[in-house]
Amino acid sequence: MSRIVGIDLGTTNSLVAYVDEKTGLPRVIPDRDGQALLPSIVSFASEGVLVGAAARRQLVRRPDTTVYSVKRLMGRGYEDVKDELCYFPFKVLPCEGIVKIQVRDREVTPPEVSAIVLKSLKERAEVHFGEPIEKAVITVPAYFNDSQRQATKDAGRIAGLDVVRIVNEPTAASLAYGLQKIREGVIAVYDLGGGTFDISILRVKDGVFEVLATNGNTHLGGDDFDREIVLWLLEDIRQKHDVYLGRDPEAMQELRLAAEAAKIRLSFDERTVLTIPFDGFTYRREITRGELEQLIARLVDSTLRPCRMALADAGLAPTDIDEVVLVGGSTRIPVVRRRVGELFGKTPHSQLNPDEVVALGAAVQAHILAGGITDMLLLDVTPLSLGIETLGGIVSVLIARNTTIPTNAREMFTTSVDGQRTVDMHVVQGERELAKDCRSLARFELSGIDPMPAGMPKIEVVFLIDANGILQVTATEQRTGKASAIEVKPTYGLSDADVERMVEESFTFAEADVEARLLIEARNEADTVITHVERALGQGAKLVGAEERAAIETGLEALRRARGSSDRELIREATTALNHATEHLAELMMDAALKGALASRRADEIMEK
Amino acid sequence: MDHFEVFGLPRRLGIDVAQLQRKFYELSRQSHPDFHQAAAPERQAEILEASARLNAAYRALRDPVARIEYLVRLEEGRDTKEGAVVKPKAPPELLEEMFEIQEALQDARAGGLDAASRETLVGQRDRLMGRYRDEEARLRGPLSEAWDRASASERAAALDAFKDALATRAYLRTVIDDIDEALGEVEEGHVSHRRH
Repeated sequence: MSRIVGIDLGTTNSLVAYVDEKTGLPRVIPDRDGQALLPSIVSFASEGVLVGAAARRQLVRRPDTTVYSVKRLMGRGYEDVKDELCYFPFKVLPCEGIVKIQVRDREVTPPEVSAIVLKSLKERAEVHFGEPIEKAVITVPAYFNDSQRQATKDAGRIAGLDVVRIVNEPTAASLAYGLQKIREGVIAVYDLGGGTFDISILRVKDGVFEVLATNGNTHLGGDDFDREIVLWLLEDIRQKHDVYLGRDPEAMQELRLAAEAAKIRLSFDERTVLTIPFDGFTYRREITRGELEQLIARLVDSTLRPCRMALADAGLAPTDIDEVVLVGGSTRIPVVRRRVGELFGKTPHSQLNPDEVVALGAAVQAHILAGGITDMLLLDVTPLSLGIETLGGIVSVLIARNTTIPTNAREMFTTSVDGQRTVDMHVVQGERELAKDCRSLARFELSGIDPMPAGMPKIEVVFLIDANGILQVTATEQRTGKASAIEVKPTYGLSDADVERMVEESFTFAEADVEARLLIEARNEADTVITHVERALGQGAKLVGAEERAAIETGLEALRRARGSSDRELIREATTALNHATEHLAELMMDAALKGALASRRADEIMEK
Repeated sequence: MDHFEVFGLPRRLGIDVAQLQRKFYELSRQSHPDFHQAAAPERQAEILEASARLNAAYRALRDPVARIEYLVRLEEGRDTKEGAVVKPKAPPELLEEMFEIQEALQDARAGGLDAASRETLVGQRDRLMGRYRDEEARLRGPLSEAWDRASASERAAALDAFKDALATRAYLRTVIDDIDEALGEVEEGHVSHRRH
């Protein structure tokens, strides 16, 4: 069997991993700069498409054509996401069915954007192995519904990957832990990432990982924490500087990035200072861990209810949990760890890097599917009840939530009018009694029924949820034993023809000329260095002698000239040279800053006393 | 193949759950699609079907009350899909109390509860929960044992006893859910699937 890689397609970052044949352990594949995390960001520049760190650098410069957190839009309709669209600087179009994003003169769907991220990871793996990679296991939040899973699978197909399995993130994480840390017991996996939250309760025994229950919120994560901080900062800026920046996309991106960075620092420091240069003023604000905790308290607490519901569905009390495992970058936040610890009455552990553990688990599942591991088996569940709409809009549940997959249900259908040739079904997912309150998955039309008196035809429809958690529907006319024709109209999905077209287009569109891409990256890097050096010269010029200053200015001028050319190598060389020329200055400035920070801390302490 | 046969078990209710779980894991290792990725498509379809059948069988048999519901369906030769096997029926000795509760529920729907009637309702709910648990204990204990002991001629009576107890249990569940709803103690998006 050919090689299968494991991919964590995250809201904020994505990774690719594999199992090392020699050690039997999963490993993340870094890019050529040694970075494991690929920011899940795609920038549609006029010169071509940028992805990852290069796209991240475009967030502020080109907010309208740089798409991030697209996972929040996967498998969703406009109505689902319209309330949060004001936070996205790129344009999401109002339309029927699946949402579309307007970038420059074209429209792209979330699976196409995700496909660009996947393709980049695919290429990374191909460079690593020196061979084509065609198969992957991709992870999704456990609480993803059928449309969201299907959208992820479509993204893989558009990227040229055969997605051999969609696996749930918390269960993937448990596989990675199972291989290395946990052998037996009941474990709770609390997975809070950039945009989604999952809780899964598993029993691990004899190499079998049996999911007992899962719950979550596919719209809750670090992004929402950042948003709380941004709203608070906006108000603070309005008070202090008498300006409202909420409608300025570039300023909003600056604020968002600064808020995210501050949030991360506050996991390690008690207090931190945000400094953001805006047009006409520099905003400076200290924020303490206590303030952050107050801002996000409501959101963190909202993760506890799904935990209790999962426990109830598993028929367990918090004390029945042997181990609590933390997954996802947002579980680095101390208040999150505290709340989870309180709920389960034990200290949660996170020996494996919470950013990497899902990808590692995906690699383990990939290795199981490739036949490389035979003593581990994952038995997962479907997170949401599946039903069909019946008379009066009431849902008749066919498959209950937390049923082990694969699973199927059979239902007989017939006609209600003489000579009726087709029968319609509306399939929904969710826990509510009325179809309108559930998630509409698809409408199915059974056709080609022979004309008969009403109630005579007997059509058996089998609803199968496969090991990916994805629904497959088949129908058989019982009298003839003939398979009935079914036309599927997914409510929030792409048709096969759509996907085919996107696969075609991706070759012409997403595969931007490598040379062009490298040039853009080199220019971006040059821009960053130029900005930094200009600022450094402004602030720290007196720290160095005239000779050194002259050398830096010469280097700066050389880089400015090189940047204007299309010679990538020349830009790279000039950038390196300038970096080298400013090393000493950077050191001196760092020292000065440290002294300054120490001095101000001492001042704070004195003030407190 | 019925769910008992999947596990090679006789049609009896006394099942050692720990043993059932071991067997489930063992059979899963044989029929889970993960271990048959390289098989031909027709074989994969068979595996998928076998795996779904195994999962359904385990789900039906691992819980003692679900096991009884399944047995009743099986004995009556009905389809094996999930769904209530009996119509809810009020236990006669509770009829008077039920009347009071229904009135209180109507008041609650009309305009809310005062503290006193709220407290009464909570007390009634807790008593019904007790009764509900008793009914489940009866199903799991004496009634299941009676079925396992029953001779061929006694089976019909044992089955009727199950149906009675299940109908009472279903009724109690509905009333308890209604009271919880009136008390505002139902979490949105988390209905108890009473139609199952």
